[in-house]
Amino acid sequence: MAELVAVVASTHHPFYHRASTATGADRPPFADEWVAKIERFRETLTAARPDVLVMVGSDHFHQLWLDNMPQFLVGKAPFFDANWHNEEREFGLPKMTLRGEEELAAHILRDGLDRDFDLAFSNELRIDHSITCPIITLRPEADLPIVPVYTNIFAPPMPRPQRFVQLGQALREMVESWESDKRVAVIGTGHLSLELGGPRQFGEHGPDPDFDRKAVEWIAKGDIEGCLAEVTLDSLHHPGNATHGFMDFMLMMGVAGAGQEADHVDTLDLFHTMEAYFTWYPQGDPR
Amino acid sequence: MSKYLLDKFLFTVDRDPELTERYREDPVGTVRWWEAEMANTLLNSTAAEKTTWLAFSDEERRALTEQDHVTLFAMGAHPFLTLTLFIAMFERDHGPMEYQLAYARAMDHVTMPYPDIST
Repeated sequence: MAELVAVVASTHHPFYHRASTATGADRPPFADEWVAKIERFRETLTAARPDVLVMVGSDHFHQLWLDNMPQFLVGKAPFFDANWHNEEREFGLPKMTLRGEEELAAHILRDGLDRDFDLAFSNELRIDHSITCPIITLRPEADLPIVPVYTNIFAPPMPRPQRFVQLGQALREMVESWESDKRVAVIGTGHLSLELGGPRQFGEHGPDPDFDRKAVEWIAKGDIEGCLAEVTLDSLHHPGNATHGFMDFMLMMGVAGAGQEADHVDTLDLFHTMEAYFTWYPQGDPR
Repeated sequence: MSKYLLDKFLFTVDRDPELTERYREDPVGTVRWWEAEMANTLLNSTAAEKTTWLAFSDEERRALTEQDHVTLFAMGAHPFLTLTLFIAMFERDHGPMEYQLAYARAMDHVTMPYPDIST
């Protein structure tokens, strides 16, 4: 059976690419510290020597639209083109093409359906920065095949937080029941408190530092129970109007497992949002 | 009220660079043209398969024509769509982050809970 060698959860800040590649007067003062943290984070994935990446993210109204909106969707295709015109325009993100791992995608779809997750699928999916940001930060060579898993954290009605945790738990079982000798890492990205298009956007810190502090603690300790006791679809409006992206972190806590403390925890307080990086090693720390 | 149609306008204009510029330069003409030609286009289909029933209310048409992001927010248009398109149109006229901060300040009076964005 396939081996789950790393579980990685991260924020996906679309400005990292531009900040990390800027030079001279264009380079923001926080860029060097940010790059150093990302490089340490990247080492945690490299050390696990993955062959395949399951990438959990959320389409930002690029391909998935309100006339046909899935709650959870798996990409099954030999290739995935990436990044959209408005991401190039606003964030300077490059066009990319990633290979797909169709065998694992097919297994996740079959096994997921049999575990009562009615997963939608796409055979031609152009992925966006929720998946390419962690490729850029964690595997800039972009050389490993992926299975994209999209969640709806964007367009109500959405599944409840509990369902994200359950899907994470099931996703782990799906990966571990794949008949393969491949080493698989599951990487998922979301947000801590975040406001976009509202009065609290682009402040000096994330819109709710208290929520961020609690969230980092829940994730670092694998405290699914504590997190679910406080986080609901309604409560997520309060820390910031885009904070439902936190449910992708909850999904990743499900993959990592209840009570599992992360082997790597790091944060960076930026304008606009708190960055947060976590890695778990289900088979033990290879470093 | 059709939050869906407001979102459809923002979505289709944002993803088409030519339309983004046209909306910036001629909001009245672009909104009028879009409602006549695009509002009832089923996006994942051929031109012949028209939807028959989508139209803006007067208030919605006015908010789009006046490029009034505060009213669009109050109407429950998806804030991510509005922000992304408006940054594309107007950030260029301002210094770094200046437009985004002014955009937020214009909504200082908004209190929780925010308008429902369900469609």
